[in-house]
Amino acid sequence: MDKTVNQKAWFLVLPVFLVVAFSAVIPLMTVVNYSMQDTFGNNQFFWNGVGWFKELLDPSTDLGGRFLASLGRNLLFSAIILAIEVPLGIVVALSMPREGWSVAACLVILALPLLIPWNVVGTIWQIFGRPDIGLLGYVLNHLGLDYNYVSNDVDAWITVIVMDVWHWTSLVALLCYAGLKSIPDAYYQAAQIDGASRWAVFKAIQLPKMNRVLLIAVLLRFMDSFMIYTEPFVVTGGGPGNSTTFVSIELVKIALGQFDLGKAAALSLVYNLIILIVCWVFYTVMTNAGSERPAKEGVA
Amino acid sequence: MHSIPGRRLIMALFLVFLLLPIYWLVNMSFKTNVEIVSTMTLWPHTPTLQHYKRIFTDESWYSGYINSLEYVVLNTIISIAVALPAAYAFSRYRFLGDKHLFFWLLSNRMAPAAVYALPFFNLYSAIGLFDTPWAVALAHCIFNVPLAVWILEGFVSGVPREIDETAFLDGYSFPRFFIKILVPLIASGIGVAAFFCFMFSWVELLLARTLTSVQAKPIAAIMTRTVSAAGMDWGLLAAAGVLTIIPGALVIWFVRNYIARGFALGRV
Repeated sequence: MDKTVNQKAWFLVLPVFLVVAFSAVIPLMTVVNYSMQDTFGNNQFFWNGVGWFKELLDPSTDLGGRFLASLGRNLLFSAIILAIEVPLGIVVALSMPREGWSVAACLVILALPLLIPWNVVGTIWQIFGRPDIGLLGYVLNHLGLDYNYVSNDVDAWITVIVMDVWHWTSLVALLCYAGLKSIPDAYYQAAQIDGASRWAVFKAIQLPKMNRVLLIAVLLRFMDSFMIYTEPFVVTGGGPGNSTTFVSIELVKIALGQFDLGKAAALSLVYNLIILIVCWVFYTVMTNAGSERPAKEGVA
Repeated sequence: MHSIPGRRLIMALFLVFLLLPIYWLVNMSFKTNVEIVSTMTLWPHTPTLQHYKRIFTDESWYSGYINSLEYVVLNTIISIAVALPAAYAFSRYRFLGDKHLFFWLLSNRMAPAAVYALPFFNLYSAIGLFDTPWAVALAHCIFNVPLAVWILEGFVSGVPREIDETAFLDGYSFPRFFIKILVPLIASGIGVAAFFCFMFSWVELLLARTLTSVQAKPIAAIMTRTVSAAGMDWGLLAAAGVLTIIPGALVIWFVRNYIARGFALGRV
């Protein structure tokens, strides 16, 4: 669609600009300010230049070590949940009923976990997994498995991962379902005439049609899992030890727990930068997704 | 025929997986604390409403729900009000820096809340909004305004621009066109955007907890506090949790066909 050039449109955008500038730019400037200074309490600040950033990126220091460790854990976590949620989401989307009241019922139940406050998601799994009062923990322990997410690293990880799968797989499934619904029936009829197998239909028709929504789903899930805070915090509190301390949890510990403003601010900026880069990829994908790419054949 | 063999079984298993933890929470909320701790029962043998009664009669509990709803509604209104004109501008016009602005908005939707917790605390303390619903409502704008702009932009782009042109030829002024013609045309889009603003503000805890202390404390924060203080009142915790699920569960029905579109920021 052709858009007309009209600089007066800025007046329409101005309210948004002001609101977001107030709630994003001012705080971010504060962070930049803090990241260059050191404080010994009493509101006395000292210039520290890029000291915090040097420390942050040097794994041999305490701060750098903690940052890299939490970053590594977070990336591992994101990789695992993507590897589970994306295929599972596709399978669930393919399993949706075709028509009738059951479609609406499935959609509503699928969406339910997405609308639960994140700390309640944490609470639900905290209770559900407890060996004494939770169904899951109780059953597992009675099956002879020594499952305890409070004291065992692996169990804590499994709990946090299963919780995330429970919480967010529906998002992938709903997006894929929306993609599948946009496939015209004629495609399937053509496939049937050609005698295509189930797998061939999936590979040649359904997967390409889901490409766009899948990209959106993967990027959204990556970003959100990379920022995860509330759910693991409620369930494990970052423990046992530091085993489920992700970047956000580490950041809040440093900022609001120890009130180490300079370190927290430097960490925030690096963290934000990583997000910004991924976000740029996301944006490019989203805005290009609308226009089909005919030029692509020539490139490869 | 977009389905696979054994789909009914797969779907059923997945739905059971989704519902089981929620069932357990609801189950616990109707049990007495003695029953919760002492025995493992699949349904409440001595059903009780004591936890719900406590929440609805104890002000420190029910005020949490009111506080939460207050900032959530405020936030939804602010977000939609500022996002509507912007969505129209992004959909119809090209202007200096439009693409950069659009990207900048998105980058704020993706910014980790943990980064902003401390500066928000300082900012809102400095201007005297700390511990009011306004602080949380404005803070949540950081991710809800961009979301609303993105979703609404998708819906506005679905309205043919001939309609704008005809209206202007008929002598409609811009504000009148906006309110009388455009808003009714994208009413469902506004509903979806409002729903998503409501939802993301409702599920967020970190900022809401950081920006409030006594007066405007959200229910989510009251839950975490009471758990540590009262020596694990599991039944009460479960009941409070169940009550936070209900608003979402009630409104899903109305937007069930648009959920995917909202999560894809209006891009499906």
